[in-house]
Amino acid sequence: MTEVPISWFLALSAILFALGVAGFLFRRSIITVFMSIELMLNAVNLSFVTFSYQYKQVSGHLFTFFVMVVAAAEAAVGLAIILTVFKNRATLNIDDVDSMKN
Amino acid sequence: MQLWLIPILPFAGFVINGLFGRRFSKGLVNVFGIGSVVLAFAWVLKTIAGLGDLNSAYTEHYFTWIQSGAFTINCDFSVDRLTEVMLLVVTGIGSLIHIYSIGYMAHEHGPNHGGYYRFFAYLNLFMFFMLVLVLAANYLVLFVGWEGVGLCSYLLIGFYFTKKFATDAGNKAFIVNRIGDFGFSLAMFYIVKAFGTLDFSQVFSRAAGIPEGTLTLIGLLLMVGAAGKSAQIPLYVWLPDAMAGPTPVSALIHAATMVTAGVYMTARSWPIYTHAPMAMEVIAVIGIATAFFAATIGLAQNDIKKVFAYSTVSQLGYMFVGVGVGAFSTGIYHLVTHAFFKALLFLGSGAVIHALSGEQDLRNMGGLRSKIPWTFWTMACAWVAISGVPFTAGFYSKDAILLAAYRHAPWMYWLGTVTAGITAFYVSRAMFMTFFGKYRGHEHHIHESPPVMMLPLTILGLLSLGGGFLFEVPKFLSSVFPPVEEFEDLTLMLTSVGFGLAGIGLAILMYVAKPAMAESLAANIKGLYTLVYNKYFVDEVYDATVVKPLVGGSRLVLWRGIDVGVIDRLANGIGYGARDIGGVLRLFQSGNIRSYAAWVVFGSVLLIVALGLAAGGGR
Repeated sequence: MTEVPISWFLALSAILFALGVAGFLFRRSIITVFMSIELMLNAVNLSFVTFSYQYKQVSGHLFTFFVMVVAAAEAAVGLAIILTVFKNRATLNIDDVDSMKN
Repeated sequence: MQLWLIPILPFAGFVINGLFGRRFSKGLVNVFGIGSVVLAFAWVLKTIAGLGDLNSAYTEHYFTWIQSGAFTINCDFSVDRLTEVMLLVVTGIGSLIHIYSIGYMAHEHGPNHGGYYRFFAYLNLFMFFMLVLVLAANYLVLFVGWEGVGLCSYLLIGFYFTKKFATDAGNKAFIVNRIGDFGFSLAMFYIVKAFGTLDFSQVFSRAAGIPEGTLTLIGLLLMVGAAGKSAQIPLYVWLPDAMAGPTPVSALIHAATMVTAGVYMTARSWPIYTHAPMAMEVIAVIGIATAFFAATIGLAQNDIKKVFAYSTVSQLGYMFVGVGVGAFSTGIYHLVTHAFFKALLFLGSGAVIHALSGEQDLRNMGGLRSKIPWTFWTMACAWVAISGVPFTAGFYSKDAILLAAYRHAPWMYWLGTVTAGITAFYVSRAMFMTFFGKYRGHEHHIHESPPVMMLPLTILGLLSLGGGFLFEVPKFLSSVFPPVEEFEDLTLMLTSVGFGLAGIGLAILMYVAKPAMAESLAANIKGLYTLVYNKYFVDEVYDATVVKPLVGGSRLVLWRGIDVGVIDRLANGIGYGARDIGGVLRLFQSGNIRSYAAWVVFGSVLLIVALGLAAGGGR
């Protein structure tokens, strides 16, 4: 059985990351933007694991766990912010949350 | 010998009166203000008695002031016979004038008698700096005193600072003196360059080995400083205006002590000058020219203090003649006798002004002889002394200078003799207009001044009469200065005395015998009279040639051009630039999260591309 080539994993990672960026830039719902961020983080995780497997080093795994921890924390805080925003403004459109301007 | 005590005593008086004088009664201000100076005088006497013969200088080292490599400037005081003479003049006359000031300034009011303690504090500060100047053992310490007395002169000329003319006169004195001090500073730089030291003893012992050109330059630059401080052509213009200060100040600072600092400094620097004959010639010519020029202006002045101010300028000219022709001790001799009789003339005129409640115009005086006889008789002593009547103080010193001048260049003697005649004339004129004839003023309560003012007048009167043969300054200083061959000429002496007596005689004729004559003479030579009356328009000429272009140029070039055009524009430009850049950057701060994100992506892409290119280029 032949192994899946390393480049496929990296290509998948890049595609996922690009999808995350596109979602982040072009979607208006805060929830979707938030999910796009998670997607980008996981794309990065995938490349970490790939390289870790390729070079037979454990540091890639370690970084992946760190990223997961941070992502979990971020999800908790982020969702709390989203809830508060929705409570105060009754909207989830990201373009309406611009009270920093002026 | 604790030389430092001499200047520190007046300084303590200054500090105490300056800080706490506001709360003191006048009596307590007197105790500190006058006590400190009298104590300094006593300490001078004790020091001189303790030092004995003093054929070489006695120096005290206190601390090293500046050290840079091999170059050292010490804070040293030194006393030799020349210093002794100056110390006695400064503290002696200073004490008398301080005592006189008790009476003269008694009417000084203001909140908490503010003027009174301020006056004595300044006067004490002046004494401190003057004594530092005299005691200094190198040029830099001398310069400290030199600048300090200039400061006090400024403060005291502008003493009545609510009056515009007084503050203007103070500024004028200070600014004109800056020109002279600039010359002095340059001279010090050259001395450091040529000698590597500023110490008097070292500079003077090495002077013979320095090229004449350098010494001439140093001498001339020192003379610029002396001309500023001692009111010589072309920098004399501040001294007549300085009469805006209280009269004791005119007597102490602008007649007896500070203005003679230039003479003292040039005489002190004699080893430099003896090797630079050209510089000495310049000093002598400036001196004789100033003596004559100022004397002629004195002829037509109507303010009693202005007459004596021009007389002071003229007499200082004599001193410079003495120094310039190489007879250094005669210059100092005249300095001493002049201090007696000119201080007396000023204090006497102060007593007259005091008696007339502030009147200074000679045309509003007259006939005061019977009303304030004691003032008249004391002033008469100074009158005969400055006129060179035989055996008075002025006779000896003026005669010595004129004889020395004759040996140097006869034309100087003749000009000096004519000046002596003019001097006798205008002082007599002032005396006659004040004390003789009929009273022309309106003050009814004319009163003799209190004893505290009369005592200094009397002492100075005796000194003006007897100071000449009591203190044989040239003989005393013979060990300090290079020897001058004895020169006696009865004819020349009688001639100069004759000119002096003729001046008095002419004044009697014109102002006592036929009072109308003076006015008809003035009317006959109207052009010349106007010229002299307006002081040859020197102030106006200076105003047009120096002050106006300087002020105009500063305004146009320095203010509008450099200050506004370059410096302000640079500073404002930096501010405007930051604001404009900020204005552009502000547009990025839109508040729109997705535009931020787009910029982040854009930046990351740019970074990656740049890194890729850099890595590619390195390969």
